[in-house]
Amino acid sequence: MARERSECVSALSAAMLLLLAGWPGAPAQAEEPASAPTSGTSLLSPDLKAMQDDDFANPGMLWIGEGEKLWQAKSASGKDCASCHDDAAKSMKGVAARYPAVDTEAGKPVNLEQRINFCRTRHMGEQPFAYESGDLLSLTAYVAYQSRGLPMNVETGGAAAPFFERGKALFTMRQGQLNLACSQCHVDLAGRRLRGDIISHGVGVGYPVYRLEWQGLGSLHRRLRSCSFGVRAVQNDYGADDYVNLELYLAGRARGLPIDTPAIRK
Amino acid sequence: MALAPARIAMPAEARKGDIIEIKALIRHPMETGYRADARGQSIPRDIIESFVVTYAGVEVFRMELNPGISANPYVVFSTVATETGELVFTWTDQKGAATVERKQITVTG
Repeated sequence: MARERSECVSALSAAMLLLLAGWPGAPAQAEEPASAPTSGTSLLSPDLKAMQDDDFANPGMLWIGEGEKLWQAKSASGKDCASCHDDAAKSMKGVAARYPAVDTEAGKPVNLEQRINFCRTRHMGEQPFAYESGDLLSLTAYVAYQSRGLPMNVETGGAAAPFFERGKALFTMRQGQLNLACSQCHVDLAGRRLRGDIISHGVGVGYPVYRLEWQGLGSLHRRLRSCSFGVRAVQNDYGADDYVNLELYLAGRARGLPIDTPAIRK
Repeated sequence: MALAPARIAMPAEARKGDIIEIKALIRHPMETGYRADARGQSIPRDIIESFVVTYAGVEVFRMELNPGISANPYVVFSTVATETGELVFTWTDQKGAATVERKQITVTG
């Protein structure tokens, strides 16, 4: 019985891959279905949802506690985040809802992680935190947490427009050895099953996220690298322009959805 | 290990004889020692081995942890509120390094 089932499943998977695998380079369908994107939080089991909502049991809160300490950690120049930004609960409220945002000095959009590092290098005389380091994750989570419950509201027009369009092009572009575009799963097949999981809309409003697979907190770029790996495409570096452009597009898609940080995902 | 962030949730006050629920969460990778990294090198075991709680000097909870326990272990237990005093929570890892947290409870009646 088990053998029959696994053969059936692999035949189905092969059929699905054949269906999805088109001519290389051909853009996939980009139409959003009638249902607007929803956060992956709606796909959590009741146990995991309860864990995410429990401010004590949510493991992501451990990093936020660290972020709170880092906010007041004095740098070599004697400054800390609080020197300019005072109480994070007030000054950082709403910030995560509008990132990624175009940084005029850099001339391109940056995400929250990169903006925090700009603060360190430009205003505190410090070295930037390494991407995906515990310190940067903690501080990013702490800042994003101040916007929990607020709707995503990034600027996608004006200076951000060309980067948003680039992100959109990446989202609909077939990539990797499996020749799949993000939209094929996260738009066309969202809500359907992929092996044991239900495919989400790929919205990303809960980041940095505590992922059970990672047994720790991770950034959106870590997840995007997993996505690239999943279609057997080349993984970009953390902080790569194309991942930030994609992040901007995803944030635009998520307009109106409440920020979930720190979310729990499988 | 001494710097591992830990959180404790428990009532600050209780009536004498009440059963109180205490939750404890600590950040720790709980590396099993059975995993290999991308190069195939074995990742060494790094786990918390014991979690002990004393209440006014008396041990009220003890737990032995093994590699089967997940990362960032979350423990919930209950005890009886007997007297006003301090609860001391000690997590000790395999090298003997410890993280200690203290919480006061006021018991009335």
